Amino acid sequence: MKEFKVTPIRNGTVIDHIDCGMALKVLRIIGVSSNNVSSPISVLMHVPSKKEGFKDVVKVEDRELDPKEVDKISLISPDATINIIRDFNVAEKYKVTLPQVVRGIVRCGNPSCITNLNEPVEPEFSVESKKPPVLRCIYCDRILDDTAEHLI
Amino acid sequence: MEFKGLDIVSIRDLTREQIEFVLDLSEKMIPYARGEKFTKMLEGRILANLFFEPSTRTRMSFETAMARLGGRTLEMSHPSMMSIAKGETLADTIRMVESYSDAIVLRHPHEGAARLAAKFSRSPVINAGDGAGQHPTQTLLDLFTIRRDKQHIEGIKVALVGDLKYGRTAHSLAEALTLFGAEVTFVAPASLQMPRETVKQVEKLGGKPKLTSKLEEVIKDIDVLYVTRIQRERFPDPSEYLKVAGSYRIDNTLLREAKQNLTVMHPLPRVDEIAPEVDYTQHAKYFEQAFNGVPVRMALLSLVLGGEL
Ligand SMILES: Nc1ncnc2c1ncn2[C@@H]1O[C@H](COP(=O)(O)OP(=O)(O)OP(=O)(O)O)[C@@H](O)[C@H]1O
Ligand SMILES: [Mg+2]
Ligand SMILES: [Zn+2]
Repeated sequence: MKEFKVTPIRNGTVIDHIDCGMALKVLRIIGVSSNNVSSPISVLMHVPSKKEGFKDVVKVEDRELDPKEVDKISLISPDATINIIRDFNVAEKYKVTLPQVVRGIVRCGNPSCITNLNEPVEPEFSVESKKPPVLRCIYCDRILDDTAEHLI
Repeated sequence: MEFKGLDIVSIRDLTREQIEFVLDLSEKMIPYARGEKFTKMLEGRILANLFFEPSTRTRMSFETAMARLGGRTLEMSHPSMMSIAKGETLADTIRMVESYSDAIVLRHPHEGAARLAAKFSRSPVINAGDGAGQHPTQTLLDLFTIRRDKQHIEGIKVALVGDLKYGRTAHSLAEALTLFGAEVTFVAPASLQMPRETVKQVEKLGGKPKLTSKLEEVIKDIDVLYVTRIQRERFPDPSEYLKVAGSYRIDNTLLREAKQNLTVMHPLPRVDEIAPEVDYTQHAKYFEQAFNGVPVRMALLSLVLGGEL
């Protein structure tokens, strides 16, 4: 039995099992703002999860995510699942996975890091632990403190 | 062991075996570093000394090292005027300098600069300090100094004292010492104590670091006292600075409590962490330590440039 708190969508993406409180950051990642969206977006916050505790859910109509967006979501919500909805049904489902190397999606938090200057390189991090995500800048060697705040 | 073309950005890039290899070769370099023997092994080779920040010791010792090996050094006369001010990226400077030289030594105010340079340079890059970041040749010469003095590093009790929080070289040294089986103690006021990350790293390497703010508590037991500078700028309140700096001042009264063969080291320049009277005791090894920068850098240069003794 399916229970919907919002109107079902015909085609689009459901980002499920988002860490509680991260839904608005997910919206920022997928670049949602009032002037670039034509289809509805629903955001559910703090809903009970069958798995454990609470979760956030974001549903976007008529849109699929690109791999960079999925990588960014994995950084702030390592347990999120991406459900691609076609014709009202879940056509594809996959868990986000944090890559071993994170390149070009998050800035280094160290203001004195060479990658924060005008150099022709993308910031790059090695992932030291996936849960919780621990990122080390391969240039300045610092651990990134507040990942969500440094997303590009 | 293959070193030719290798970048030396962080001491973590080297395994224990590689470090030992460098230290063994450094030992062989000593008579050449002193000018007692001569070699032309790097004749015709050019080292670019790129110092975007003032440095006397490190810059000169690289230049001396290269000259003692028969090679030549290119100096950048006014780095700040030359490229940074013109808005040239470091990447471009490196691509240009690389075409004039066989290896690059880089000192730069920003962390990660040497790693970036290594990405853009086909010839080897040696990090001579990147901001508050790494300074691997300092770590190597510190290890070399202890090993020469004590014959080995394993089991040696080393206390690092001073500003352990901001001084990245203290972090690298603590890790490297642990890798070699030394026992480390961190002596600093709470506000300047070793960061958790480094303490954890030392533990991961099998060390059991002791942390204390009182030098008197450990002075009797240690074999090496490694003194670093406490910077006035770290203290908003000047009287607080004087109090802290005063409590870690090394003089002969303090050293009376120490083992006879305690080695006192300091990366220099010192301000007043070590009283001049200590210079005349057998404890003082900091000038020797400064000299050791030459054979160690000779060893590294000969390795990355493929020279043979
Ligand atoms: N047509 C639709 N419109 C809107 N949301 C949908 C639609 N179909 C499924 N969903 C939502 O997508 C998510 C995944 O749906 P699914 O039916 O796979 O649930 P599930 O079996 O609980 O999955 P999971 O094990 O990933 O939690 C759920 O949050 C569900 O509410
Ligand atoms: Mg579910
Ligand atoms: Zn960085």
